Amino acid sequence: MSRLALSPRLRQITLLRSLGLVLGGGVVLWLLSDLLGAYDDLQLANGAYYFAVLAGLTMLVGLSGQISLGHGALMAVGAYTVALLIGNEHWALVPALVASAVVTALVGIPVGATASRLRGPYLAGATLAFAIGLPALADKFPATFGGENGLIINPPIPPTWLGASFPLERWEAWIACAGALIVLFVLYNLIHSGLGRTLRAVRDDEIAASLCGLRVGRTQTLAFIVSAGCAGLGGGLLAVVLQLADPGAFPLQLSLALLTGVVLGGLGSLAGAIWGAAVLVLLPSWTNDLAHSFSLSTNVSANLPLAIYGLVLIGAMLAWPSGIQGGVRALAHRVHSLRSRPAASSPTQ
Amino acid sequence: MTKFIDLTLNGISTGAIYAAVALALVLIWRATRILNFAQGAMLMVTTFIASGVITATGSYWLGFASALLAGLILGAVVERVLIRRVESGPPLNAVIVALGLYTLLVAIAGMIWGNTPRSFPSAFSIRGFKVGGTRLLFSPNDLFIVLVVIGVALALAVLFRGTSLGLQMRAAAFQPEIAQLLGVRVGRMFTLGWALAAMVGALAGVLVAPSVFLGPNNFDPILIIGFVAAVMGGLESPPGAVVGGLVLGLALSYVSGYEGSALVPLAALAILVLVLLVRPTGLFSATRERRV
Repeated sequence: MSRLALSPRLRQITLLRSLGLVLGGGVVLWLLSDLLGAYDDLQLANGAYYFAVLAGLTMLVGLSGQISLGHGALMAVGAYTVALLIGNEHWALVPALVASAVVTALVGIPVGATASRLRGPYLAGATLAFAIGLPALADKFPATFGGENGLIINPPIPPTWLGASFPLERWEAWIACAGALIVLFVLYNLIHSGLGRTLRAVRDDEIAASLCGLRVGRTQTLAFIVSAGCAGLGGGLLAVVLQLADPGAFPLQLSLALLTGVVLGGLGSLAGAIWGAAVLVLLPSWTNDLAHSFSLSTNVSANLPLAIYGLVLIGAMLAWPSGIQGGVRALAHRVHSLRSRPAASSPTQ
Repeated sequence: MTKFIDLTLNGISTGAIYAAVALALVLIWRATRILNFAQGAMLMVTTFIASGVITATGSYWLGFASALLAGLILGAVVERVLIRRVESGPPLNAVIVALGLYTLLVAIAGMIWGNTPRSFPSAFSIRGFKVGGTRLLFSPNDLFIVLVVIGVALALAVLFRGTSLGLQMRAAAFQPEIAQLLGVRVGRMFTLGWALAAMVGALAGVLVAPSVFLGPNNFDPILIIGFVAAVMGGLESPPGAVVGGLVLGLALSYVSGYEGSALVPLAALAILVLVLLVRPTGLFSATRERRV
């Protein structure tokens, strides 16, 4: 495949930067997981696997310009892979998680090849049908996939050198964060590589890109496969954290929430994926607490979190059309220009 | 053989509902290039309003009319208040706003009417017609549903092809700026498109409510299949929406009758992917979308 090549020097800088990001992020997450209690550690784990999925999806939607309403189903593929390998084949955790990414990426090949032929709403429709169609397989083959009840996974056991009293939730958070950091490393390098530029070229103008010798269909398929791999790893981590893979965990709403997360966070940006993951994890629990802090009738308090979620989606999209990260960028720009204005205007005085 | 006939008749009547939902989505797509993910919640709200009117007045037809009127108003209000602000922005923003509206409406309905589904009356008897001693799986009410949906599709065809208003709506959707230069009130046409679509959606809601019951989330499966039908038929084309709805209605009825209902989502996926692989912009798309 012809790609827009980068100089070796630039490639080295990208690699160093991404390593720095991963190390810095790792230290922050390590300190954070130490500070948090059991419940918040679990939330951290949830946020970490959401980030893995959202990062892959934001690369697909934001960089390659393809929409997917089917990433929840891809997460299900990863989750069931992990559950089957650990439960039936007694694989260790790490190879099972690697397998979840690989298997889902393989599933992503035919889906991505189909997707690269479709555009806009037609792609949305096809991936939506994928999101509702695939989990139905679990019902069709209950002997393998456990039907409605799903498959239960034994909880991951923290290694003995961490001490006997090391909480399970913190260990789960570490596992999920490690997965998220690997996704961050891979995608950061990919976005800043020749492939990342190829993707943007294809997104902005397919005809011009193909006239430049870029293979549009193949590039889009590749983006889908990488994105599927991330979603598979995220799904595998979800199964490990929840210790369960069941069809109820992957409804259409999950796929829609994932799309919401990437658009709300800021399309195409890995920082936006962090915002998106934070929103997906924190907003429901905050709104739940808020709804139960008032004494309201059951009908109202049961639906208040949902109403707030809807209002936040509408309000955020109207306030920040380019997502939270876009809003942050605009704010930083404003602060920057405010600070530089006195210096710029002083010579005239 | 009786089973085949029953499944066919059942497929036609559910297909008519899918067609109505697909028509609502197609109308909005044609008017504003937006996938209206809030359609399900909008028709749920209008059906609740109809239910309230029926309970208060005891007249089914008054409730029916009030649902259509509520749909007309709701569609126009949603377009003017919310969608107008995101119409010119990135397409995904409109999708997220629609999803937000969906969530908000579902929550509000749950607050007002509760989350327990309730029954909804049908216009005519739901006991099947009797032919030669066997009762068919096709009732006077099913016949009513099919006739109403055919009537709406024909009325829309007349509106778009035979009237000046329909021509203006098509012009506004096709080339907003040029239409504006020619004196078409583009914004008003968009609002009208949404209002009409929401009215067709409200109609689908009232028609399907007796069989799926009335609750905040009860219309979601119908909406998903309706969406698939609209995409399959080609989002540009009202006839495509009707054909897509009927084809899916029949196919899914056979699949669920002979192979079990668990396979229905998979069958919908398979049919849609097959159609889109052959025709990437749906069955009835005449013009390829141009990218400039």
